[in-house]
Amino acid sequence: MNKRADLSRRRFLARALGTASATALGGCDALSRTQWFPGVLESAEKLTEAAHHLLVPRRAMAQEFAEADLSPTFRSNGTAMPADPRYAALAAGEFAAYRLEIGGLVEEPASLSLAELRALPSRTQITRHDCVEGWSAIGKWKGARLAAVLAAVRPQPRARYVVFYCADPMDGDGASPYYESIDMEDALHPQTLLAYELNDRTLPIANGAPVRLRVERQLGYKHAKYVMRIELVESFTRIRGGRGGYWEDQGYEWWAGI
Amino acid sequence: MSASHLYYRHTLPVRITHWVNAAALAILFMSGLNIFSAHPALYWGKSSYTGRGPVLEITAREANGGVVGITRVLGHEFVTTGVLGSAAGPRGRIVERTFPSWLTLPASRWLAMARRWHFFFAWVLVINGLLYLGYSIGSRHLARDLTPTKDDWRSIGRSIVDHLRFRHPVGEAAKRYNVLQKLAYSGVIFVLLPLIVLTGLAMSPWLNSAIPGWVDLLGGRQSARTIHFLVAWLLLAFVFVHVFQVIAGGLWNHLRSMISGRYRIRMEASNEQAR
Repeated sequence: MNKRADLSRRRFLARALGTASATALGGCDALSRTQWFPGVLESAEKLTEAAHHLLVPRRAMAQEFAEADLSPTFRSNGTAMPADPRYAALAAGEFAAYRLEIGGLVEEPASLSLAELRALPSRTQITRHDCVEGWSAIGKWKGARLAAVLAAVRPQPRARYVVFYCADPMDGDGASPYYESIDMEDALHPQTLLAYELNDRTLPIANGAPVRLRVERQLGYKHAKYVMRIELVESFTRIRGGRGGYWEDQGYEWWAGI
Repeated sequence: MSASHLYYRHTLPVRITHWVNAAALAILFMSGLNIFSAHPALYWGKSSYTGRGPVLEITAREANGGVVGITRVLGHEFVTTGVLGSAAGPRGRIVERTFPSWLTLPASRWLAMARRWHFFFAWVLVINGLLYLGYSIGSRHLARDLTPTKDDWRSIGRSIVDHLRFRHPVGEAAKRYNVLQKLAYSGVIFVLLPLIVLTGLAMSPWLNSAIPGWVDLLGGRQSARTIHFLVAWLLLAFVFVHVFQVIAGGLWNHLRSMISGRYRIRMEASNEQAR
Protein backbone atom coordinates (compact mmCIF):
# COMPACT_ATOMS: atom_id res chain seq x y z
CA MET A 1 0.00 0.00 0.00
CA ASN A 2 2.84 2.26 0.93
CA LYS A 3 4.61 1.39 -2.29
CA ARG A 4 1.62 2.22 -4.51
CA ALA A 5 1.13 5.57 -2.80
CA ASP A 6 4.81 6.19 -3.27
CA LEU A 7 4.58 5.37 -6.99
CA SER A 8 1.63 7.62 -7.73
CA ARG A 9 3.28 10.32 -5.69
CA ARG A 10 6.39 9.91 -7.80
CA ARG A 11 4.42 10.05 -11.02
CA PHE A 12 2.64 13.17 -9.80
CA LEU A 13 5.94 14.69 -8.85
CA ALA A 14 7.54 13.94 -12.22
CA ARG A 15 4.56 15.46 -14.02
CA ALA A 16 4.53 18.47 -11.73
CA LEU A 17 8.22 19.04 -12.34
CA GLY A 18 7.74 18.80 -16.11
CA THR A 19 4.80 21.19 -16.08
CA ALA A 20 6.56 23.55 -13.71
CA SER A 21 9.69 23.82 -15.85
CA ALA A 22 7.67 24.32 -19.05
CA THR A 23 5.54 26.97 -17.32
CA ALA A 24 8.64 28.59 -15.85
CA LEU A 25 10.28 28.89 -19.27
CA GLY A 26 7.18 30.24 -20.98
CA GLY A 27 6.55 32.36 -17.92
CA CYS A 28 9.98 33.98 -18.04
CA ASP A 29 9.38 35.09 -21.61
CA ALA A 30 5.89 36.35 -20.79
CA LEU A 31 7.33 38.23 -17.80
CA SER A 32 9.95 39.87 -20.02
CA ARG A 33 7.12 41.41 -22.06
CA THR A 34 5.07 42.80 -19.17
CA GLN A 35 5.17 46.47 -18.20
CA TRP A 36 6.27 45.87 -14.64
CA PHE A 37 8.70 42.95 -14.55
CA PRO A 38 11.61 44.44 -16.52
CA GLY A 39 11.40 47.24 -13.93
CA VAL A 40 12.02 44.70 -11.17
CA LEU A 41 15.03 43.32 -13.08
CA GLU A 42 16.25 46.87 -13.66
CA SER A 43 16.51 47.48 -9.93
CA ALA A 44 19.72 45.46 -10.11
CA GLU A 45 21.26 48.21 -12.27
CA LYS A 46 21.02 50.73 -9.41
CA LEU A 47 22.51 48.17 -7.02
CA THR A 48 25.37 47.48 -9.44
CA GLU A 49 26.07 51.18 -9.93
CA ALA A 50 26.06 51.76 -6.16
CA ALA A 51 28.36 48.77 -5.59
CA HIS A 52 30.74 49.97 -8.30
CA HIS A 53 30.96 53.39 -6.65
CA LEU A 54 31.44 51.80 -3.26
CA LEU A 55 34.23 49.47 -4.42
CA VAL A 56 36.10 51.60 -6.94
CA PRO A 57 37.50 55.08 -6.25
CA ARG A 58 36.06 57.80 -8.48
CA ARG A 59 39.42 58.48 -10.09
CA ALA A 60 40.55 54.88 -10.54
CA MET A 61 42.26 54.46 -13.88
CA ALA A 62 41.27 51.93 -16.51
CA GLN A 63 44.02 49.47 -17.34
CA GLU A 64 46.43 50.66 -20.02
CA PHE A 65 48.32 48.32 -22.31
CA ALA A 66 51.57 48.06 -24.25
CA GLU A 67 52.01 48.60 -27.99
CA ALA A 68 52.47 44.82 -28.30
CA ASP A 69 48.88 44.32 -27.10
CA LEU A 70 47.35 46.45 -29.90
CA SER A 71 44.75 44.68 -32.04
CA PRO A 72 46.02 44.38 -35.64
CA THR A 73 42.98 46.33 -36.86
CA PHE A 74 40.58 48.09 -34.54
CA ARG A 75 37.16 46.62 -35.24
CA SER A 76 34.48 48.98 -36.52
CA ASN A 77 31.07 48.18 -35.10
CA GLY A 78 27.64 49.70 -35.67
CA THR A 79 27.81 52.57 -38.17
CA ALA A 80 30.83 52.51 -40.50
CA MET A 81 29.72 55.49 -42.63
CA PRO A 82 26.90 57.75 -41.40
CA ALA A 83 24.09 57.88 -43.99
CA ASP A 84 23.67 61.64 -43.67
CA PRO A 85 24.29 64.16 -46.51
CA ARG A 86 25.61 66.87 -44.16
CA TYR A 87 28.10 64.41 -42.71
CA ALA A 88 29.09 63.26 -46.20
CA ALA A 89 29.77 66.90 -47.16
CA LEU A 90 31.92 67.39 -44.03
CA ALA A 91 33.84 64.20 -44.76
CA ALA A 92 34.39 65.25 -48.40
CA GLY A 93 36.07 68.41 -47.10
CA GLU A 94 38.19 66.36 -44.69
CA PHE A 95 36.23 67.90 -41.81
CA ALA A 96 37.73 71.37 -42.37
CA ALA A 97 34.23 72.80 -41.87
CA TYR A 98 33.56 70.70 -38.76
CA ARG A 99 32.56 72.58 -35.60
CA LEU A 100 31.92 70.89 -32.27
CA GLU A 101 29.09 72.77 -30.56
CA ILE A 102 29.11 72.81 -26.75
CA GLY A 103 26.13 74.24 -24.92
CA GLY A 104 23.40 73.63 -22.38
CA LEU A 105 24.12 74.35 -18.72
CA VAL A 106 27.42 76.16 -19.31
CA GLU A 107 28.50 79.77 -18.72
CA GLU A 108 30.27 80.15 -22.06
CA PRO A 109 28.87 78.04 -24.93
CA ALA A 110 31.54 77.32 -27.50
CA SER A 111 32.00 76.10 -31.04
CA LEU A 112 35.37 74.44 -31.64
CA SER A 113 37.11 73.60 -34.91
CA LEU A 114 39.27 70.48 -35.09
CA ALA A 115 42.38 72.67 -34.88
CA GLU A 116 41.06 74.30 -31.70
CA LEU A 117 40.25 70.89 -30.25
CA ARG A 118 43.73 69.64 -31.08
CA ALA A 119 45.22 72.67 -29.30
CA LEU A 120 43.57 71.69 -25.98
CA PRO A 121 45.42 69.54 -23.39
CA SER A 122 45.46 66.02 -24.78
CA ARG A 123 46.19 62.51 -23.61
CA THR A 124 47.37 59.37 -25.40
CA GLN A 125 46.37 55.99 -24.01
CA ILE A 126 46.29 52.33 -25.06
CA THR A 127 43.09 50.89 -23.71
CA ARG A 128 40.74 47.97 -24.20
CA HIS A 129 37.35 48.54 -25.77
CA ASP A 130 34.72 46.10 -24.47
CA CYS A 131 31.61 45.69 -26.60
CA VAL A 132 28.31 44.75 -24.95
CA GLU A 133 28.24 41.81 -27.38
CA GLY A 134 31.25 40.29 -25.63
CA TRP A 135 34.33 41.01 -27.77
CA SER A 136 37.24 43.29 -26.86
CA ALA A 137 39.76 45.18 -28.99
CA ILE A 138 42.83 47.15 -27.89
CA GLY A 139 43.58 50.50 -29.51
CA LYS A 140 45.77 53.56 -28.99
CA TRP A 141 43.78 56.75 -28.69
CA LYS A 142 44.77 60.39 -28.68
CA GLY A 143 42.28 63.12 -27.94
CA ALA A 144 41.42 66.27 -26.05
CA ARG A 145 40.65 65.63 -22.41
CA LEU A 146 36.93 66.22 -21.96
CA ALA A 147 37.73 67.83 -18.59
CA ALA A 148 39.75 70.49 -20.43
CA VAL A 149 36.92 71.10 -22.90
CA LEU A 150 34.46 71.47 -20.03
CA ALA A 151 36.78 73.78 -18.10
CA ALA A 152 36.79 76.10 -21.11
CA VAL A 153 32.96 76.36 -21.21
CA ARG A 154 32.55 76.47 -17.40
CA PRO A 155 29.69 74.11 -16.43
CA GLN A 156 26.95 75.49 -14.19
CA PRO A 157 26.55 73.79 -10.80
CA ARG A 158 23.21 72.33 -11.92
CA ALA A 159 24.85 70.33 -14.73
CA ARG A 160 24.79 66.62 -13.89
CA TYR A 161 25.13 64.87 -17.25
CA VAL A 162 26.97 65.41 -20.50
CA VAL A 163 24.95 64.45 -23.59
CA PHE A 164 26.63 63.68 -26.92
CA TYR A 165 24.66 64.13 -30.16
CA CYS A 166 26.07 62.25 -33.13
CA ALA A 167 25.91 62.43 -36.92
CA ASP A 168 24.91 58.82 -37.59
CA PRO A 169 21.19 58.19 -38.23
CA MET A 170 20.16 54.86 -36.71
CA ASP A 171 17.23 54.06 -38.99
CA GLY A 172 16.49 54.11 -42.70
CA ASP A 173 14.64 57.43 -42.94
CA GLY A 174 17.58 59.34 -41.50
CA ALA A 175 15.85 59.92 -38.19
CA SER A 176 16.93 59.12 -34.60
CA PRO A 177 20.64 59.86 -34.80
CA TYR A 178 22.86 58.20 -32.22
CA TYR A 179 23.23 59.90 -28.87
CA GLU A 180 24.72 59.05 -25.49
CA SER A 181 25.16 60.50 -22.02
CA ILE A 182 27.60 60.16 -19.13
CA ASP A 183 27.69 61.66 -15.65
CA MET A 184 30.06 64.43 -14.55
CA GLU A 185 32.26 61.96 -12.68
CA ASP A 186 33.04 60.10 -15.91
CA ALA A 187 33.19 63.35 -17.88
CA LEU A 188 35.95 64.78 -15.66
CA HIS A 189 37.94 61.52 -15.48
CA PRO A 190 41.50 61.94 -16.84
CA GLN A 191 41.05 59.12 -19.37
CA THR A 192 37.82 60.51 -20.81
CA LEU A 193 38.73 61.94 -24.19
CA LEU A 194 37.28 63.44 -27.32
CA ALA A 195 39.51 61.28 -29.48
CA TYR A 196 40.71 62.36 -32.92
CA GLU A 197 43.50 59.81 -33.44
CA LEU A 198 43.52 56.02 -33.46
CA ASN A 199 46.79 54.05 -33.55
CA ASP A 200 48.83 57.20 -34.35
CA ARG A 201 46.70 58.11 -37.37
CA THR A 202 43.77 60.45 -37.95
CA LEU A 203 40.63 58.73 -36.64
CA PRO A 204 39.10 56.78 -39.58
CA ILE A 205 35.45 57.31 -40.51
CA ALA A 206 34.65 53.67 -39.65
CA ASN A 207 35.78 54.37 -36.06
CA GLY A 208 33.95 57.67 -35.59
CA ALA A 209 35.75 60.51 -37.42
CA PRO A 210 36.32 63.32 -36.81
CA VAL A 211 35.71 62.98 -33.05
CA ARG A 212 34.53 60.15 -30.84
CA LEU A 213 34.15 59.79 -27.11
CA ARG A 214 36.42 57.53 -25.05
CA VAL A 215 34.98 56.74 -21.63
CA GLU A 216 37.21 53.85 -20.69
CA ARG A 217 35.39 52.27 -17.75
CA GLN A 218 32.14 51.78 -19.66
CA LEU A 219 31.03 49.39 -22.42
CA GLY A 220 31.52 50.24 -26.08
CA TYR A 221 28.10 51.70 -26.80
CA LYS A 222 28.82 54.60 -24.41
CA HIS A 223 31.77 55.64 -26.63
CA ALA A 224 29.70 57.79 -29.01
CA LYS A 225 31.16 58.12 -32.52
CA TYR A 226 30.74 61.09 -34.93
CA VAL A 227 30.15 63.56 -32.05
CA MET A 228 28.69 66.83 -33.41
CA ARG A 229 27.24 68.54 -30.37
CA ILE A 230 27.65 68.34 -26.61
CA GLU A 231 25.01 69.50 -24.16
CA LEU A 232 25.23 69.70 -20.38
CA VAL A 233 21.93 68.92 -18.69
CA GLU A 234 20.46 68.38 -15.25
CA SER A 235 18.41 65.38 -16.40
CA PHE A 236 18.04 63.45 -19.64
CA THR A 237 14.49 62.23 -19.05
CA ARG A 238 13.08 64.75 -21.56
CA ILE A 239 15.61 63.94 -24.28
CA ARG A 240 14.37 61.51 -26.96
CA GLY A 241 13.40 58.16 -25.36
CA GLY A 242 14.31 59.57 -21.96
CA ARG A 243 16.79 56.87 -20.99
CA GLY A 244 19.99 58.71 -21.85
CA GLY A 245 21.10 57.08 -25.08
CA TYR A 246 20.13 55.39 -28.33
CA TRP A 247 20.75 51.86 -27.04
CA GLU A 248 19.43 52.76 -23.59
CA ASP A 249 16.13 53.65 -25.29
CA GLN A 250 16.19 50.11 -26.76
CA GLY A 251 16.42 48.59 -23.27
CA TYR A 252 20.17 48.53 -22.59
CA GLU A 253 21.51 49.79 -19.25
CA TRP A 254 22.47 53.42 -18.84
CA TRP A 255 25.07 52.24 -16.32
CA ALA A 256 27.35 50.33 -18.69
CA GLY A 257 30.21 49.63 -16.30
CA ILE A 258 29.17 45.95 -16.40
CA MET B 1 7.42 -4.05 6.80
CA SER B 2 10.64 -2.14 6.61
CA ALA B 3 12.22 -0.80 9.76
CA SER B 4 12.84 2.85 9.06
CA HIS B 5 12.49 6.25 10.59
CA LEU B 6 12.49 9.85 9.45
CA TYR B 7 15.67 11.76 10.19
CA TYR B 8 15.89 15.56 10.15
CA ARG B 9 18.59 15.96 7.55
CA HIS B 10 18.54 19.48 6.10
CA THR B 11 17.95 22.61 8.18
CA LEU B 12 15.64 25.34 6.91
CA PRO B 13 18.41 27.80 5.86
CA VAL B 14 20.12 25.05 3.85
CA ARG B 15 16.83 24.11 2.14
CA ILE B 16 15.93 27.69 1.25
CA THR B 17 19.38 28.62 -0.05
CA HIS B 18 19.52 25.35 -2.01
CA TRP B 19 16.38 26.12 -3.98
CA VAL B 20 17.14 29.81 -4.46
CA ASN B 21 20.56 28.76 -5.76
CA ALA B 22 19.02 26.18 -8.11
CA ALA B 23 16.57 28.71 -9.59
CA ALA B 24 19.24 31.43 -9.91
CA LEU B 25 21.70 29.05 -11.60
CA ALA B 26 19.06 27.89 -14.10
CA ILE B 27 18.20 31.48 -15.04
CA LEU B 28 21.85 32.56 -15.14
CA PHE B 29 22.78 29.63 -17.37
CA MET B 30 19.98 30.22 -19.87
CA SER B 31 20.30 34.02 -19.98
CA GLY B 32 24.08 33.56 -20.21
CA LEU B 33 23.66 31.45 -23.35
CA ASN B 34 21.50 34.21 -24.84
CA ILE B 35 24.21 36.79 -24.04
CA PHE B 36 26.89 34.52 -25.53
CA SER B 37 24.82 34.30 -28.74
CA ALA B 38 25.46 38.02 -29.37
CA HIS B 39 29.09 37.11 -30.12
CA PRO B 40 29.37 33.31 -30.23
CA ALA B 41 33.14 33.05 -30.06
CA LEU B 42 35.66 32.62 -27.25
CA TYR B 43 39.25 33.79 -27.13
CA TRP B 44 42.32 33.45 -24.95
CA GLY B 45 44.06 36.68 -24.02
CA LYS B 46 43.47 40.32 -23.20
CA SER B 47 41.39 41.06 -26.29
CA SER B 48 39.51 39.24 -29.05
CA TYR B 49 41.75 40.56 -31.81
CA THR B 50 45.30 39.58 -31.05
CA GLY B 51 46.31 38.07 -34.37
CA ARG B 52 45.33 34.62 -33.12
CA GLY B 53 41.94 33.11 -33.92
CA PRO B 54 39.22 32.23 -31.43
CA VAL B 55 39.52 29.05 -29.38
CA LEU B 56 35.84 28.32 -29.95
CA GLU B 57 33.46 29.65 -32.54
CA ILE B 58 29.87 28.75 -33.28
CA THR B 59 28.63 29.86 -36.67
CA ALA B 60 26.46 28.79 -39.60
CA ARG B 61 26.48 28.71 -43.37
CA GLU B 62 23.81 28.34 -46.02
CA ALA B 63 23.88 25.08 -47.95
CA ASN B 64 21.30 23.53 -50.28
CA GLY B 65 18.58 25.84 -49.03
CA GLY B 66 19.21 24.79 -45.42
CA VAL B 67 21.35 26.17 -42.62
CA VAL B 68 24.38 24.15 -41.57
CA GLY B 69 25.60 24.72 -38.03
CA ILE B 70 29.38 24.87 -37.66
CA THR B 71 31.37 24.65 -34.44
CA ARG B 72 35.12 25.25 -34.50
CA VAL B 73 37.15 24.20 -31.47
CA LEU B 74 40.89 24.97 -31.46
CA GLY B 75 40.95 24.93 -35.25
CA HIS B 76 38.93 21.71 -35.65
CA GLU B 77 35.64 22.10 -37.46
CA PHE B 78 32.51 20.12 -36.60
CA VAL B 79 29.10 20.10 -38.25
CA THR B 80 26.60 20.70 -35.46
CA THR B 81 23.39 21.32 -37.39
CA GLY B 82 20.32 21.25 -35.15
CA VAL B 83 22.32 21.74 -31.94
CA LEU B 84 24.87 24.56 -32.29
CA GLY B 85 25.01 27.26 -34.96
CA SER B 86 21.73 26.17 -36.48
CA ALA B 87 19.04 25.05 -34.09
CA ALA B 88 15.33 25.13 -33.34
CA GLY B 89 13.98 28.67 -33.10
CA PRO B 90 10.96 29.81 -31.07
CA ARG B 91 8.65 28.36 -33.76
CA GLY B 92 10.42 25.02 -33.87
CA ARG B 93 12.03 25.46 -37.30
CA ILE B 94 15.78 24.99 -37.67
CA VAL B 95 17.19 28.47 -38.15
CA GLU B 96 20.54 30.20 -37.74
CA ARG B 97 21.02 30.57 -34.01
CA THR B 98 23.75 29.60 -31.58
CA PHE B 99 21.67 27.42 -29.25
CA PRO B 100 18.13 25.97 -29.47
CA SER B 101 15.63 28.55 -28.26
CA TRP B 102 14.36 26.28 -25.45
CA LEU B 103 17.80 26.55 -23.88
CA THR B 104 18.02 30.35 -23.85
CA LEU B 105 16.30 33.05 -21.84
CA PRO B 106 14.59 34.91 -23.46
CA ALA B 107 13.83 32.29 -26.11
CA SER B 108 14.41 34.82 -28.89
CA ARG B 109 17.69 36.66 -29.39
CA TRP B 110 17.32 39.64 -27.08
CA LEU B 111 20.63 40.73 -25.60
CA ALA B 112 19.28 43.69 -23.60
CA MET B 113 16.65 41.57 -21.82
CA ALA B 114 19.03 38.64 -21.31
CA ARG B 115 21.45 41.03 -19.57
CA ARG B 116 18.64 42.29 -17.32
CA TRP B 117 17.84 38.74 -16.22
CA HIS B 118 21.50 37.80 -15.87
CA PHE B 119 22.57 40.73 -13.71
CA PHE B 120 19.50 40.59 -11.46
CA PHE B 121 19.97 36.90 -10.74
CA ALA B 122 23.73 37.33 -10.41
CA TRP B 123 22.93 39.47 -7.37
CA VAL B 124 20.48 36.81 -6.14
CA LEU B 125 23.18 34.14 -6.53
CA VAL B 126 25.83 36.17 -4.70
CA ILE B 127 23.61 37.35 -1.82
CA ASN B 128 22.14 33.87 -1.41
CA GLY B 129 25.64 32.37 -1.52
CA LEU B 130 26.92 34.74 1.15
CA LEU B 131 23.91 33.97 3.38
CA TYR B 132 24.59 30.25 2.93
CA LEU B 133 28.28 30.66 3.74
CA GLY B 134 27.55 32.75 6.82
CA TYR B 135 25.03 30.23 8.07
CA SER B 136 27.23 27.22 7.25
CA ILE B 137 30.22 28.60 9.07
CA GLY B 138 28.21 29.90 12.04
CA SER B 139 26.18 26.71 12.50
CA ARG B 140 29.23 24.50 11.89
CA HIS B 141 27.35 22.83 8.99
CA LEU B 142 30.50 23.32 6.95
CA ALA B 143 32.87 21.79 9.49
CA ARG B 144 30.48 19.02 10.56
CA ASP B 145 28.89 17.92 7.29
CA LEU B 146 31.05 19.07 4.38
CA THR B 147 34.67 18.80 5.52
CA PRO B 148 36.11 15.34 4.79
CA THR B 149 37.41 13.58 7.92
CA LYS B 150 40.49 11.37 8.15
CA ASP B 151 38.22 8.35 7.89
CA ASP B 152 36.64 9.85 4.79
CA TRP B 153 39.99 10.13 3.02
CA ARG B 154 40.80 6.53 3.93
CA SER B 155 37.45 5.30 2.59
CA ILE B 156 37.71 7.09 -0.75
CA GLY B 157 38.47 3.88 -2.68
CA ARG B 158 35.51 2.05 -1.19
CA SER B 159 33.25 5.04 -1.82
CA ILE B 160 34.18 5.02 -5.51
CA VAL B 161 33.38 1.30 -5.75
CA ASP B 162 30.07 1.86 -3.92
CA HIS B 163 29.14 4.60 -6.38
CA LEU B 164 30.00 2.44 -9.39
CA ARG B 165 27.81 -0.36 -8.01
CA PHE B 166 24.98 2.00 -7.06
CA ARG B 167 25.21 0.77 -3.50
CA HIS B 168 23.59 3.34 -1.28
CA PRO B 169 24.39 3.70 2.39
CA VAL B 170 21.88 2.51 4.98
CA GLY B 171 21.47 3.01 8.70
CA GLU B 172 23.83 5.44 10.42
CA ALA B 173 25.98 5.88 7.31
CA ALA B 174 22.99 7.33 5.42
CA LYS B 175 22.88 10.27 7.83
CA ARG B 176 26.21 11.59 6.61
CA TYR B 177 27.50 12.68 3.23
CA ASN B 178 30.01 10.23 1.82
CA VAL B 179 33.45 11.50 0.86
CA LEU B 180 32.73 11.87 -2.87
CA GLN B 181 29.62 13.87 -2.02
CA LYS B 182 31.62 16.12 0.30
CA LEU B 183 34.26 16.70 -2.36
CA ALA B 184 31.69 17.37 -5.09
CA TYR B 185 29.70 19.84 -2.98
CA SER B 186 32.86 21.57 -1.68
CA GLY B 187 34.20 21.79 -5.21
CA VAL B 188 31.04 23.55 -6.35
CA ILE B 189 30.83 25.81 -3.29
CA PHE B 190 34.50 26.77 -3.01
CA VAL B 191 35.87 26.43 -6.54
CA LEU B 192 33.28 26.58 -9.33
CA LEU B 193 30.86 29.16 -7.91
CA PRO B 194 33.56 31.60 -6.69
CA LEU B 195 35.36 31.20 -10.03
CA ILE B 196 32.26 31.95 -12.08
CA VAL B 197 31.52 35.02 -9.94
CA LEU B 198 35.12 36.23 -10.20
CA THR B 199 35.31 35.77 -13.97
CA GLY B 200 31.93 37.50 -14.24
CA LEU B 201 33.26 40.48 -12.29
CA ALA B 202 36.39 40.42 -14.47
CA MET B 203 34.24 41.23 -17.50
CA SER B 204 33.07 44.51 -15.96
CA PRO B 205 35.19 47.35 -17.38
CA TRP B 206 34.41 49.47 -14.31
CA LEU B 207 35.63 46.80 -11.87
CA ASN B 208 38.70 46.26 -14.05
CA SER B 209 39.86 49.68 -12.89
CA ALA B 210 39.68 48.77 -9.18
CA ILE B 211 43.23 47.40 -9.32
CA PRO B 212 44.48 47.88 -12.89
CA GLY B 213 45.87 44.61 -14.20
CA TRP B 214 44.08 42.23 -11.83
CA VAL B 215 42.17 40.72 -14.73
CA ASP B 216 45.48 39.59 -16.24
CA LEU B 217 45.77 37.12 -13.35
CA LEU B 218 42.93 35.26 -15.09
CA GLY B 219 44.69 35.54 -18.44
CA GLY B 220 42.98 38.79 -19.53
CA ARG B 221 39.37 39.80 -20.05
CA GLN B 222 38.71 37.47 -22.97
CA SER B 223 40.28 34.55 -21.08
CA ALA B 224 38.03 35.40 -18.14
CA ARG B 225 35.02 35.25 -20.50
CA THR B 226 36.19 31.84 -21.76
CA ILE B 227 36.64 30.52 -18.20
CA HIS B 228 33.21 31.90 -17.26
CA PHE B 229 31.65 29.96 -20.15
CA LEU B 230 33.52 26.73 -19.32
CA VAL B 231 32.62 26.87 -15.62
CA ALA B 232 28.95 27.38 -16.54
CA TRP B 233 29.03 24.04 -18.39
CA LEU B 234 30.94 22.37 -15.54
CA LEU B 235 28.17 23.52 -13.18
CA LEU B 236 25.59 22.08 -15.57
CA ALA B 237 27.54 18.80 -15.60
CA PHE B 238 27.47 18.82 -11.79
CA VAL B 239 23.70 19.38 -11.84
CA PHE B 240 23.24 16.40 -14.17
CA VAL B 241 25.29 14.10 -11.95
CA HIS B 242 23.58 15.50 -8.84
CA VAL B 243 20.08 14.94 -10.21
CA PHE B 244 21.06 11.49 -11.46
CA GLN B 245 22.30 10.56 -7.99
CA VAL B 246 19.15 11.93 -6.42
CA ILE B 247 17.03 9.77 -8.72
CA ALA B 248 19.23 6.69 -8.26
CA GLY B 249 19.31 7.11 -4.48
CA GLY B 250 15.53 7.57 -4.16
CA LEU B 251 13.97 10.59 -5.81
CA TRP B 252 11.09 11.08 -3.44
CA ASN B 253 13.11 10.60 -0.27
CA HIS B 254 15.82 13.03 -1.36
CA LEU B 255 13.36 15.57 -2.70
CA ARG B 256 11.33 15.47 0.51
CA SER B 257 14.46 15.92 2.59
CA MET B 258 15.31 19.09 0.66
CA ILE B 259 11.71 20.36 1.01
CA SER B 260 10.63 19.39 4.53
CA GLY B 261 14.06 18.43 5.83
CA ARG B 262 13.03 14.83 6.64
CA TYR B 263 14.91 11.92 5.15
CA ARG B 264 13.87 8.28 5.63
CA ILE B 265 16.64 6.13 7.04
CA ARG B 266 16.29 2.42 6.35
CA MET B 267 17.93 -0.05 8.66
CA GLU B 268 20.42 -2.52 7.33
CA ALA B 269 18.49 -5.76 7.94
CA SER B 270 15.23 -4.61 6.45
CA ASN B 271 17.09 -3.23 3.49
CA GLU B 272 18.43 -6.70 2.70
CA GLN B 273 14.87 -8.07 2.98
CA ALA B 274 13.55 -5.54 0.56
CA ARG B 275 15.99 -6.79 -2.03
